[in-house]
Amino acid sequence: MTDPNTTLSHLDLETPEKPFLDANELVINMGPQHPATHGVLRVILRLDGEKVLGLECVIGYLHRGVEKIGEHRTYTMFNPYVDRMDYVAAVSNGLGYCETVEKLLNVEAPPRAQHVRVILTELNRIASHQLWLGTHALDIGAITPLFYTFRDREEILKIYEKYCGARLTTHAFRIGGLQYETYAGFEQEVKNFLTFLKPKIDEYEELLTTNRIWVERTKNIGKISAQDCIALGVTGPVLRASGVKWDLRKAQPYANYKDFDFEIPTGQNGDTYDRYLVRMAEMRQSVHIIEQAVSALPEGPIMAKVPKVIKPAAGEVYHSIEAPKGELGYFVVSDGSTQPYRVRVRPPSFVNLQALDVMCRGQLVADVIAVIGTLDIVLGEVDR
Amino acid sequence: MGAIVQYIESYLSSNQTPGAAGNMFWAFVYIMLVFLGLSVAVIAMNWLERKILAHMQVRLGPMRVGPHGLLQPIADAIKLLLKEDIIPSEADGLIFWVAPFVVVLAAFTVFVVVPFGPTHAITDMNIGILFMLGVSSLSVLGIVMAGWASNSHYPLMGALRSSAQMVSYEIAMGLAVISAVLMTSLNATGTGTLSMIGIVQAQLAQGEWFIFKFFPLGLIAFFIFAVAMVAETNRAPFDLAEAESELTAGFHTEYSGFRWSLFFLAEYSAMIAVSSIAVTLWLGGWLRPFPNLLSGSAWSEIFSLVPGATFLFLAAMCFYNTVRMPKHPYFRIQTIGLAGFGVVLGLIGLVLFIPIVSIRIQDIFWFSAKVAGFMYLYIWYRGTFPRYRFDQLMRMGWKVLLPMGLGVLVLTAVVALLQPYLWHP
Repeated sequence: MTDPNTTLSHLDLETPEKPFLDANELVINMGPQHPATHGVLRVILRLDGEKVLGLECVIGYLHRGVEKIGEHRTYTMFNPYVDRMDYVAAVSNGLGYCETVEKLLNVEAPPRAQHVRVILTELNRIASHQLWLGTHALDIGAITPLFYTFRDREEILKIYEKYCGARLTTHAFRIGGLQYETYAGFEQEVKNFLTFLKPKIDEYEELLTTNRIWVERTKNIGKISAQDCIALGVTGPVLRASGVKWDLRKAQPYANYKDFDFEIPTGQNGDTYDRYLVRMAEMRQSVHIIEQAVSALPEGPIMAKVPKVIKPAAGEVYHSIEAPKGELGYFVVSDGSTQPYRVRVRPPSFVNLQALDVMCRGQLVADVIAVIGTLDIVLGEVDR
Repeated sequence: MGAIVQYIESYLSSNQTPGAAGNMFWAFVYIMLVFLGLSVAVIAMNWLERKILAHMQVRLGPMRVGPHGLLQPIADAIKLLLKEDIIPSEADGLIFWVAPFVVVLAAFTVFVVVPFGPTHAITDMNIGILFMLGVSSLSVLGIVMAGWASNSHYPLMGALRSSAQMVSYEIAMGLAVISAVLMTSLNATGTGTLSMIGIVQAQLAQGEWFIFKFFPLGLIAFFIFAVAMVAETNRAPFDLAEAESELTAGFHTEYSGFRWSLFFLAEYSAMIAVSSIAVTLWLGGWLRPFPNLLSGSAWSEIFSLVPGATFLFLAAMCFYNTVRMPKHPYFRIQTIGLAGFGVVLGLIGLVLFIPIVSIRIQDIFWFSAKVAGFMYLYIWYRGTFPRYRFDQLMRMGWKVLLPMGLGVLVLTAVVALLQPYLWHP
């Protein structure tokens, strides 16, 4: 099952399913201005009545050429650009990029910086999952969770704002560590936030987890097997909900995740409901990680010795982190100059989106919405 | 002239609805009153829904137009009326034009038989409940017309969904209604009635609201109706026809401005209409609460004070919020407006304490209060539930509510037959 050479032959994505009784199939264009496509995703649906025979994603409406920009900026200048890819998890993007360049430079951020990075990244994971939950529930018709999650996400953004002045595209990290020391009362504020958040997660779950309609709308919807996930390269909560215990924080520990004790929540069925449960559990695990990190915040410098002008030796490096949406990888090639020769990003949203067709075949139109929501894609990251 | 005045006055001594008495003048007055009341109710409902939903969702809702956004519905209405009237070039112009009117007509016509009191109805038909069910289901015609005439995929799918939904839930609804109608026949003569007023009078005569009759049979029938009526009006969690995230806006995607506002008006009046059916059939219509638990003239006196007290309470709320308004000069007009609104409500409340008014208005008040309770439920559902999927909705209609309705109907009939032997040996 875990054979990396698993093929998709049994899926047969090339031949479309035939409509029932030779009825005319209905081709519907969903997006790019559709309210439920989370941005500018365009989906061409082929329907038999309400049943989905197949679909095709058209992407690129938000293409800004981030990778190309990287070739014309110095390593430091490119850092804020990565925040604009997955803008709801900007801190994770920054962490991935900074660590990649650090790997290229062969430096390591000091322990205090590592701790603060973990705290901010995990807060970001919570914020990203909150945004996902709100919009996903909204797509399925429950409008109230959206406001609950946004109310609580606001508290995270306030912490960011106090820390680095920005709320969304934070540019919180620098190559080699952090630019800013934490503000006075940072630890206490984070701790207060955690005590505030824990009952709120229960509150979200109260509205949805045992809600009959929610369960009916999500159980056995958009199922994907572990085998297909691996074959398609799907990562993150989507992969874990299919039962594969794969989390880069454990599998290839980066930052200082190996110092912390946390679980990898997994599901069994690989359906929308399991993905929902996995993400809810991940929010709780993140709270657990932050608790440990914030109570053991070491003293010391926040910046490693990094030259003013970053000029890595010629070479290439691939480094990936577990972003809220899955494996976020950076492949940076250096030719020894101040600018990268090539920056390639492996965005989790883009790869996960490829599973949409597999997950939606044979389901109803309403389920396509649920599945787009459960994949947790951000079009800024898909198109880059 | 004298003859006309006499014609007008002659109705006042009669004990019937204007329709039944055949008095054209008063029938016209009642129609105007119902139409006015309904429009006000829809406007109020618009504001209340936004406010209540907002407070459920930890936000404030409209706050800008008027104090606490009280004038927001009016601002919205003006905006809608001033909008450009768009008919898509590919649409079927005539049907596109007619569809909203069909929906509105169906939604408004049902109020002809809604009994706000023993004499407060436009008319009393002997087939009142059938008339209501029949006419209200005509609105599906308008929806199909709207979806078809738009000549676009999303409206078409929305229209197909809602027509299938309304047709299938009507059956469960009908079965629940029959079981209530069956209960009206439990009297000395053994004859039931389909008249809306007759149904409430039967509850009065039997000294029991039908929701408590043959516990839990009445309750189950009421529950079936309560679920079916939400589906019938295409409201959350059954708002598939206009599922925003799936079909953008369903059958009225292509409509805008005044035509769209007609759909909006129809939706809310349909909600009020089905709620009035539920109130009439199970919750004792215009009867005050606890008619047999808290009986006696003293209790009647106390309950007759409730309408006035309610308005005084609303006035007090207005004054309380007037005090809480920001003191900045920018808010002066709003503050004065809110205080003025409070004064109006207070005056209405005081007028309602006058016995001669209170006697006449009580029935209408209790009926409206019960309907308002249903309206609150509608908002509450919308704030709480996700949306059903189409096949799940159908499954629930045909596989759960329909058998339940049949079972309740049969059981009600059996219990009604056995009743003389079981309870009165």
